[in-house]
Order: sequence, then C-alpha cells, then structure tokens
Amino acid sequence: MSRIKNAFASLEAQGKKALIPYITAGDPQKDATVPMMHALVNAGADIIELGVPFSDPMADGPTIQLACERALAHNTSLHDVLAMVAEFRTTNSSTPIVLMGYLNPVERMGYETFVAAAVEAGVDGVLMVDLPPEEAVDVEGFFKSRDLDMIYLIAPTTKDERIERIGHAGSGYVYYVSLKGVTGSKALDVDDVARNLERIRKHVSIPVGVGFGINTGETAAAVSKVCDGVIVGSAIVNLIAANADNAKAAQDAVSALVGSMRTALDA
Amino acid sequence: MSTNKPFDLDLPDARGHFGIHGGRFVSETLSAALDELETTYKKLRDDADFQAAFDKDLAHYVGRPSPLYLAERLTAHCGGAQIYLKREDLNHTGAHKINNTIGQALLAKFMGKKKIIAETGAGQHGVASATVAARFGLECKVFMGSTDVERQKLNVYRMKLLGAEVEAVESGTKTLKDAMNEAMRHWVTHVDDTFYIIGTAAGPHPYPMLVRDFQSVIGREVQRQSVEQFGRQPDALVACVGGGSNAIGLFHPYIKYPEVAMYGVEAGGLGLDGNDHAAPLSKGRPGVLHGNRTYLMEDENGQIMGTHSISAGLDYPGVGPEHSWLKDVGRAQYVAATDDEALDAFHKLTQLEGIMPALESSHAIAYAMKLAATMKPDQVIVVNLSGRGDKDIHTIATLDGVTA
Ligand SMILES: Cc1ncc(COP(=O)(O)O)c(C=O)c1O
Repeated sequence: MSRIKNAFASLEAQGKKALIPYITAGDPQKDATVPMMHALVNAGADIIELGVPFSDPMADGPTIQLACERALAHNTSLHDVLAMVAEFRTTNSSTPIVLMGYLNPVERMGYETFVAAAVEAGVDGVLMVDLPPEEAVDVEGFFKSRDLDMIYLIAPTTKDERIERIGHAGSGYVYYVSLKGVTGSKALDVDDVARNLERIRKHVSIPVGVGFGINTGETAAAVSKVCDGVIVGSAIVNLIAANADNAKAAQDAVSALVGSMRTALDA
Repeated sequence: MSTNKPFDLDLPDARGHFGIHGGRFVSETLSAALDELETTYKKLRDDADFQAAFDKDLAHYVGRPSPLYLAERLTAHCGGAQIYLKREDLNHTGAHKINNTIGQALLAKFMGKKKIIAETGAGQHGVASATVAARFGLECKVFMGSTDVERQKLNVYRMKLLGAEVEAVESGTKTLKDAMNEAMRHWVTHVDDTFYIIGTAAGPHPYPMLVRDFQSVIGREVQRQSVEQFGRQPDALVACVGGGSNAIGLFHPYIKYPEVAMYGVEAGGLGLDGNDHAAPLSKGRPGVLHGNRTYLMEDENGQIMGTHSISAGLDYPGVGPEHSWLKDVGRAQYVAATDDEALDAFHKLTQLEGIMPALESSHAIAYAMKLAATMKPDQVIVVNLSGRGDKDIHTIATLDGVTA
C-alpha cells in the first residue's frame, strides 16, 4: 500500500482527519527545510506538502510568491528538493511526502528522470498546479509505472463530469481548492465548502483534502467535519517569513501553530 | 499560387495543441472559464452578426484596411528586393494590438461580462484594451510590471485618461511575464464577472487560436493588396516576434503557400551569445509557462529567466505556441535583431521614409534591410510595421543623450 493510502486508512481507523502542512523547500535557507519537516511531524502533521520553488507561481498569492523568491535567491533546485526528501527519509520512513509546484522544473528535468529520482528519494505523490488531467494523459504513464500518486485539484468552478474524470485520474487524495482565488486568500466559506464536498463525494471515492484559506485551528476543525484532511500553507509560510533570520524561532512558531491545529482537529 | 497543403491547416487540435506546443496548462479554477470561452468563440466564429460587428469596427473604428506601402527610398538604400510595409502603425491607437482587443471585447460583450483585465509590457496592449473598454462601456484594469510603468510613462497616462486602472506589479522581474502572472491571479479570483483580454497569441487554449484569428486580418489584407499592387504574392514576409501576435496575423494566412518565405524576428538584445536578449525561439527550449507549452528562456533548473530588450513589447521569455510549431516543422525561420540594429533601423526608416516605427517593429525593419540586400530587385518583401514609434521617443532621446 502507498504511504498516502496507508496514512488515510490508519487515520480513518482512529476516527481522525489528516493535517497536511505545506512549506516551500529552501525557504528561507536550504538547510532549514529538513529540520522543519521533522518539526512538522512532531507537531502532528500526517502528510507533508513540500513546495518546489518556481519563478512564476501563477496560482499563489504574495506569501508563497515571496517564499519562492527567498528559496530561489540561493537557487533551490528540484535536485536540491529531492535531496532534502532523501535526507528526511533517513530518519522518517512513514510520513508521506507530496511535492507540490509547477510543471516546468519537471519538464526540464525530464519526466522519466524525475519519476525515477523522486521514487529513489522517497517521494509519495506529486501535485503539479498547472498540469490538469487533460494534459497529464501524455505523461501520467511515467508516474503510474512507479506508483507515484498523482494528486489533482478540484475547484468550486469544476463541473460534475470533470470532477468524475479527476476522481478517476487521481490517486492518494484530491485537493479541493476552497475558493476562487490564489493561495493565502482569506475568504473561505465553510458552508460553501460543505455543499461542494457533497457534490464531490458523489463522484470521487479517494480521500478529499481541502486547502486555501485555512489559517486557524477553528477553521481547520470546521472544514475537517466535511472532508478527510486539511491543507495549511500560507499561515505557516508567514511564520517562516517572520522568523527568517532565526531557524529555531521559526520551528517553535510553526510547531505551536501546527500543534494547535492538531488539537483542534482531534477535539 | 500552389495548392498543395504540406502543413496541417486545422491546428490547433481539439486540445489546443500545435504539434507538441500549446495546450491548456492551468490550475483547475480556470478550466471552466476557458471551456466557456472556447465554446462561445467556436459558436461566434461562424456567427454572421458577430463577424459583421467585428468587421464594422475594424473598418470604421480602427481604420482598416491598413495600407500596403512600397518604401522606395528604403528599397534603394538596401539595394535588393522591394520592401513593402504593412502599415499597422496607422491603426487607431497606433499598433496592431487593437485588432485583437476589438475581437475580444466583442466576445466579452456577447458573454455578458462587464469587466475586462489585460496585461501589458510596452503599454500598447494596455492602451488598446483601455480604448475598447471606453468604446464598449466596460470596466478595465491593466496589469503592468513596475519596471515597465517607469519606462512607458506616457502610455500609463494614456490608459488613465481612457478611464482604466493601472496596477503596477512588483513581483518577480517586474516586467511583462509578471504582469501576466498577476492578471491570471486576478482572473482566478474574479472569474465569474471578468473577461481576460490576453494581448498576444500565447497563453492557454483557446487564446493563441482566437488572437491569431483576430489578427489574421493583416495577412488576408496583404494577400489581396499584393495582387492589386504587384500582381502576385510576395517572396518573403518579415515580422517582429514578442508573444507573436502581429507575426502570426501576417503569417497564418500564408502557411499554406510554401513558396512565400516567413521570417520572425526576435529581440536579440545585447546579442545572442549571452543571456541579455528575449529570443526563446532562437536560443530557448520547450517548456511550460502561462498555460502553454512553447519555447522558453529558462535556466538549467527550469526557472524562467529574466529577459532584456530595448523594446518593452518584446521583453518576454516565451512565445506563442503556433510559432514554436512553425519553427519545429521548418515552415518559418526565426532570427534576431539586436538593440543596436533595431535602433539603427528606427533612424533609417525615419530619415528615409518619414515613418517612425515602434522599437518592436524596428527589429523587423532591421532584419528586412539585411534580407533585401541578399535578394533580387524583382523580388518582394512585406514587413509588418506593427506599430508607430511615438511611445518610444523618450527612450530613444535618452539613448541618444538628448533630454527631451
Ligand atoms: C508595436 C508592437 N509590435 C509588436 C509587439 C509585440 O507583440 P506581438 O509579438 O504579440 O506582436 C508589441 C507589443 O507590445 C507592440 O507594441
């Protein structure tokens, strides 16, 4: 069983919801990332979404744009990100890792090379924001051949027949984008999410995570009632930015936030 | 004219691909909006009312057809092929950009959208969008990199006079690509009531197709005017390539006539040997940016590189996917002109013909001058003079050490 499938199965057995934090690899320094990943796990993360920095993050708001700029200021490459995952795996063999980012760094590395290197490093799934299932048909074979989960987005604007297609194309989980907007938006509407989740569940049998706009334990807990996991990005990245010159302080601040979200989710 | 069809004229395919290029690489929120746009466009493309409205505005608002002009003194100076200029600079607002914004504003109107957004580099597309917004009574917001806001002050003021809001974009390299990122972000957030008017033949499907179709009026007019003026089709076409809309507008109707050579001229900046240029077709490789696969300027890790060109309108690291396909199949040749060559061409055309070209168009003139010299006097080159140079006079004065 894949690590992701395993994680959701064991959470379900315990009656819990997945807490999925996002950080941008290499932000603010390359050597800060692996310790931060361990801190996330210790604070209660079930799965980690590790952002691959990109020069043109079209779907991201200012918080993650700036995280990408900080990471790229010292050239954090896809190779570096894979090396971070490999290092993390030397002491953690159970927490699933999903690489999240944009397609071009993968295109540049080459699909076959990337998939082999990602599996070798211990990556479990890949979410490419600008690779919808229609375009993925040309390349999904590479991912499937090595059992890398393909995680796709579903948006409030996604029509039912597309939801069904995405449900079939994806594996591991699908990522429901809670609102029309970019990452870091504040306008999440829990009732609206609940209505859309009902629609999604009719067509999708794998777990559904919800992200965009979740920044407090309270929202996380409310949203988790209708889905299988919550994804928290900009709220964490903001704390990393605020403590960019002090790795220990950043870890403490992030651990406190993630810990409080864990508590709220499990309450 | 030969009738053999060695090239697939039905591109893009159903998924918006031109060979390996094009497509729709966007985040999920935009998929529905692009589907809706594609469906609407395919319906209106063959709709007599829509076409009549488009043709009417091209004739009476833009001032089409634009002249095809034999540049006699420039021809004599080069000593070779006859150089004809397709005078898109004489269009209302001073460039080819207005052909496309009229088409897309009409689409917006037919779709019931009251707000339009646009990205702009030199400001020409921003001005053309603000203009049609005024013309059709739409609310308009233009995204422009803060570097470009600084170097194209006059166009920023023009947009404001026209009632548009100009948002200076501070992210990334603060130029055209970042303006496009920010426009996409705004669109994702306001997708229900907003129409995004992309200014060049790039972006996710169906934009490259519909921008091409709206700009193809240029090439169709040249076909007709050539027969009228010299009794046959030209031997070569030359156009500058930023995102590629003026070039594809000239080239597309000619793809099926292989005896007509096509040359796209990219911004060679300080020279193609270094990285200070904006010539993805000449020096880049295929990748994915702004919703399409196409030739890009990127580093070894797939990060998009900053570009350099004297002309803001060519300062873009990607290019429309149809050009990438034309390059791959060998139907068009892509070359470059440097900043210095473009400047020189600007002065030559101004002094020999009394026509001040935009710095973008000056790149096409620069290459056409070289090409003409290698051809015979009974041969004909048509150059797309995509815009006029008024907006660039400040830049040129500064470069010449004049404080205007
Ligand atoms: C006069 C003129 N020509 C050419 C261009 C380049 O765009 P494209 O390659 O889409 O024609 C611009 C862009 O601003 C322009 O203003």
